Amino acid sequence: MKETVLSVKNLTVSFKTHGGMVQAVRDVSFDLYQGETLAIVGESGSGKSVTSKSIMGLLSPNAVIEKGEILYNGTNLLKLSENDFSKYRGADIAMVFQDPMTSLNPVMTIGDQISESLINNLKYTKEQAKARSLELISLVGIDSPEKRFKQYPHQFSGGMRQRIVIAIALSCNPKILICDEPTTALDVTTQAQILELIKDLQQHFGVSVIFITHDLGVVANMSDRVGVMYAGKIVEIGTVEDVYYDPRHPYTWGLLASIPAFQAKGVELYAIPGAPPQMINPPKGDAFSLRSDWSMKVDFVHQPPMFKISETHSAATWLLHPNAPKVDRPAQLQERINVLMRMHEGGKNE
Amino acid sequence: MSNVLLKVEHLKQYFKLDRKSKVKAVDDVSFDIYEGETFGLVGESGSGKTTIGRSIIRLYDITGGNVTFEGKQASGKLKKEERASIARNMQMIFQDPMACLNPRMNIRDIVAEGIDIHKLAKTKEERDEMVYAILAKVGLAREHAGRYPHEFSGGQRQRIGIARALITNPKLVICDEPISALDVSIQSQVVNLLKKLQKELGLTYLFIAHDLSMVRYISDRIAVMHKGKIVELADAEELYNNPLHPYTRSLMSAIPTPDPKSEKQRARFAYDPSQHDYTTDEPKMREIRPKHFIYCNEKEFQAYQTEIA
Ligand SMILES: Nc1ncnc2c1ncn2[C@@H]1O[C@H](COP(=O)(O)OP(=O)(O)OP(=O)(O)O)[C@@H](O)[C@H]1O
Ligand SMILES: Nc1ncnc2c1ncn2[C@@H]1O[C@H](COP(=O)(O)OP(=O)(O)OP(=O)(O)O)[C@@H](O)[C@H]1O
Ligand SMILES: [Mg+2]
Ligand SMILES: [Mg+2]
Repeated sequence: MKETVLSVKNLTVSFKTHGGMVQAVRDVSFDLYQGETLAIVGESGSGKSVTSKSIMGLLSPNAVIEKGEILYNGTNLLKLSENDFSKYRGADIAMVFQDPMTSLNPVMTIGDQISESLINNLKYTKEQAKARSLELISLVGIDSPEKRFKQYPHQFSGGMRQRIVIAIALSCNPKILICDEPTTALDVTTQAQILELIKDLQQHFGVSVIFITHDLGVVANMSDRVGVMYAGKIVEIGTVEDVYYDPRHPYTWGLLASIPAFQAKGVELYAIPGAPPQMINPPKGDAFSLRSDWSMKVDFVHQPPMFKISETHSAATWLLHPNAPKVDRPAQLQERINVLMRMHEGGKNE
Repeated sequence: MSNVLLKVEHLKQYFKLDRKSKVKAVDDVSFDIYEGETFGLVGESGSGKTTIGRSIIRLYDITGGNVTFEGKQASGKLKKEERASIARNMQMIFQDPMACLNPRMNIRDIVAEGIDIHKLAKTKEERDEMVYAILAKVGLAREHAGRYPHEFSGGQRQRIGIARALITNPKLVICDEPISALDVSIQSQVVNLLKKLQKELGLTYLFIAHDLSMVRYISDRIAVMHKGKIVELADAEELYNNPLHPYTRSLMSAIPTPDPKSEKQRARFAYDPSQHDYTTDEPKMREIRPKHFIYCNEKEFQAYQTEIA
């Protein structure tokens, strides 16, 4: 049995805006297991960052937590005062953001920034903090730590800055590391290096990782499990094998089918029609039904519950109801899955 | 074989940093783009892709080399009519649709800018009709013409960017990461649109991108750039199936694919430029197979040939 380190239960977060309440996260539940990487994917505005900021206690002042709890070591983080939360942030749960510049102070040396976190959270002396900072700089793969310690962020490339942010995030040996699109701003080569770094460090420190991205290639590379978000909800969750080789929600089908990776030339790419919904008045029922070719009457009226497909795999679509008609996935997607399955079967026999 | 539409020869674009130092953003690059094809340009950040695009459409005074378009001189000093003809026939689509759309102009005026500059319409009615026609082509309604950029989604804004580029009826469209800023679910809509328009209007694309799987899907031929130079150029499938230059191989090995089982085993290898010894035996573009070029010296060329034999 896997040990659960963090449990998000029925999290519901809205924002007060001039136009009305934006229902950013709607009844999201998931567990994070010890030592695993759980990816969260979904299009822009689907609620990925709001979910992670809720865990970090970093929601903006206009946020309203309508419902739910986030359990860590038996404590509901959502009930903590800012003062108590700051004891967990950084020390137990740390975060790496997309743009390293937003988390680095441009007028402070890299060394001081890493040391600061050690001095504040772990009560290191200045000397101890410096020694540990130098170790961390080498650990994230940057040469000449002594020289780098004294430099400022603008003297680093984008990839190196992200390494520093990771060094700061890991400085206090957190149990949970949340990475919110840590490589989106980087090119493929640098991205590959950062992903490898995160994986190495994870093995080294045994942290549990929540990895947010919209790149399904990155998810396949990084994670053990993946949750697919759409319009503030997790619509499908399972192991990466469950979700990539046996996807069940029409939105997951659309996401996977529109990847050009295995697409033959000359054949049109599969495209999900329409645009993501407005979250001030989210659609009734299954929010994806307006863009789905598989919608049934019930989809426009009732929210589908999470249907369990296996011990590891669930999806929220009425197509999984016992009385639902049997439908096929998009042909292009099914064909690709078949090809991959045959390829992997073949590999086993060799 | 179709005609060469754009010929780039020994293009150099250097930028002065200060009195002593300069960046060789593009350093002696040559390639042809054929009429009706999609020519993909890939390479890491800072390799010079955007600079090539901007040099071709004359946003910079080039440091060296030569550009010809439809057999006519297109770089260096030109007459006013020649410059106008190039501006009309070469257009650019950018990564961030919002950055290039003036927020205080409505869609009609944004799209019609090319008409106004090149005086392509005689009356206001004719101008409107041209705008409506191109909006329809990119999948927007004429009702959208009176609205402002902030009222549109990212995907719709990119459609506006495309309409604005196509209004002058260009032959060559330089697409600089046109889908990178868009959501996955919207990216394929825009790529399908670009493909459809290419067929209908006989357009030629120079397609710049980071996303190698998208470039492979959309391009007929692909050039791989590294530090201001093209290191390999071949048909898209040839390049993906038989990459030869170590930088191309390293780049390919870094692309994550949406297949968890193969991803868990994928080995990435790094590129080390110091493996080339160009001190005496000098490198240049050499054709290793028909239409497959590699930047290498004579010794490396021989080694590649043994490898593919
Ligand atoms: N401070 C805020 N005030 C009002 N609305 C907000 C605020 N923060 C987020 N939202 C809204 O909440 C929804 C979810 O946003 P979130 O940032 O979680 O999306 P995301 O999935 O991380 O998207 P992206 O991929 O673009 O980062 C969006 O509709 C967003 O506009
Ligand atoms: N106007 C300029 N002045 C000085 N240097 C420049 C200028 N434009 C580009 N450069 C430099 O030229 C090099 C190539 O830049 P370019 O923007 O062409 O790269 P790119 O391949 O398009 O990268 P990206 O994928 O990040 O868009 C970089 O080192 C860049 O810093
Ligand atoms: Mg986000
Ligand atoms: Mg660029």
